[in-house]
Amino acid sequence: MTDMILEEQQTFGKPTGSNFARAMRRLLRHRSGQVGGGVVLVLVFCALAGESILPYDPLSIDPINRLKPPSAEHFFGTDELGRDLFSRILYGSRYTLMIGLVSTVIAATFGITMGLLAGGGGKWADMLIMRVVDVLLAFPYILLLLAVVAILGPSLWTAMIAVGVGGMPGYARLIRGEVLAQKDAEYVEAMRALGASHLRILFGTILPNVLPQMVIYASFTIPLAILAAAALSFLGLGAQPPIPEWGAMLVDARTFLRTAWWVVAAPGMAIFVSILGMNLFGNALRDVLDPKEMSK
Amino acid sequence: MANYVIRRLLMIIPIIFGILFLTFLIKALIPTDAVSALFSGTVSEDKAAEAIAQIREKYHLDLPWYRQFGIYVWDVMHLDLGESVRTRQPVIDEIGFRYVNTLILAFSALIVAIVVGLVTGMLSAYFKNTWIDVTSMSVGMMGISMPAFFLGFVLIFIFSVQLRWLPVIGRGDFQSLILPALTLGFIEAAALSRVTRSSMLDVLSREYIRTARAKGMSESYILFRHALPNAFLSILTMIGLQIGNLLGGAFIIEVIFGWHGIGELAVKAIQWRDFTITQAVILVSAGTYVFVNLIVDLLYTWVDPRISYEE
Repeated sequence: MTDMILEEQQTFGKPTGSNFARAMRRLLRHRSGQVGGGVVLVLVFCALAGESILPYDPLSIDPINRLKPPSAEHFFGTDELGRDLFSRILYGSRYTLMIGLVSTVIAATFGITMGLLAGGGGKWADMLIMRVVDVLLAFPYILLLLAVVAILGPSLWTAMIAVGVGGMPGYARLIRGEVLAQKDAEYVEAMRALGASHLRILFGTILPNVLPQMVIYASFTIPLAILAAAALSFLGLGAQPPIPEWGAMLVDARTFLRTAWWVVAAPGMAIFVSILGMNLFGNALRDVLDPKEMSK
Repeated sequence: MANYVIRRLLMIIPIIFGILFLTFLIKALIPTDAVSALFSGTVSEDKAAEAIAQIREKYHLDLPWYRQFGIYVWDVMHLDLGESVRTRQPVIDEIGFRYVNTLILAFSALIVAIVVGLVTGMLSAYFKNTWIDVTSMSVGMMGISMPAFFLGFVLIFIFSVQLRWLPVIGRGDFQSLILPALTLGFIEAAALSRVTRSSMLDVLSREYIRTARAKGMSESYILFRHALPNAFLSILTMIGLQIGNLLGGAFIIEVIFGWHGIGELAVKAIQWRDFTITQAVILVSAGTYVFVNLIVDLLYTWVDPRISYEE
């Protein structure tokens, strides 16, 4: 019986279908939402479509057609090993999305758990967790990532874990603040009165109510995560060649600036346009989901 | 005031310990790899085992971790950062001049960021919703989305390869500083410009600004004497945050432009698994960041005396 009431209480106050639909309609009418959303859709399509849409094999070498400029045959030209850059860029989109998602899931899972425990787990848990967060934040972001890579050794997975670790403190802080703000809200009091356990209140009641803020936060940490991972790969500390990850494609870029600018321009522009699209989409999402921001 | 300063100084102690512990982990978690990599394939197996044992003793790797940590903290307190696993030179010699180079780069970039960020942000706020605002905010959006390493290559391509005005690779002189400082500065200016704009907009809509206008004060007086000081707190917060980005960003910029700073060294050290160098660079940079943040926090009380009375 209590459980039934609890279930009802939980659905109460959640965004209803019509609210969600209204937000979506506003998102569709938002100009930067349209542009950014378009870019993100193209990116997702390229990542999911697989090898069938690629004009060439992204890994196969063609010594005769080395460093060819962009043409009808090779839209973005070819690199120093004769590989088709257009195919490599399309194929690389899956790494970009994978890095963004995996590292954000790592950051959010650990960060949210830390934040919930700090906000609702008592004084000692709060102090302990927040000191850890303080130490992580005491490192300049890229340096924290370098420290993780130094410990685990350079690889694509290490880069994702490093970026995830780097993102944790942000989520932890945000969630902790939200928990402290919502702790004495009426709906939480109601759950307590109904006899729900502490953990259930934290994870079952408060967490769903702060998810919109998490989505907004994630919308601007995902592009940051992708940029950071690309930087690691560029430094030779993330994805390793021949993986067509966009940052890794720029490792030897300086060598080609004089002779073959397209080898640099293709992956560079790919990162820039994707991040720009995600940022525009994120801005639109914030406008739509956060009424306070709309007035600004 | 004194109370606040003391409290703020005490807060640093656990953070310094945390930083020491995290950098200690770099050594504690990877050494066997690094040690055996030194000898793999060069000498016979038992000779190698003997040498590894010697090195383990030299670096105290045979002791329990808490004693290793104690020795590490003790050494750091005496400015002994160990010697490079690879070159056998004292780490402090290897990073000394490079640290100065990195600071020069980061500081120059900070100046670029502050000048560009504040000017564009204030113009945007003052000419809200005109073409000036739209242009500077669009450029800012691009700056936020631009990977620093790509912008660096674009600038090299334009100014070094096409126009031949500036050197492609760093020589350590002023000319070689221009492009790296601009690259790093522009990227950070983008974020600073947005914060400046929104906090200026906030201040410009206040009643005391309307009062100042009603009293017939000149627009520039209102902007610089009334609005900017009040908007400065959030701008200062942003600058404080950006110093971390500048230090970290310098690491990437140094690699692109061949600027001999600690970042360039750290990247090589990680690839070489030279853990003492990696450890020292990360320790020194994090220490610098903590120190700078302390100064920024103390500056708050100077910019806005209300802060020290809070809590």
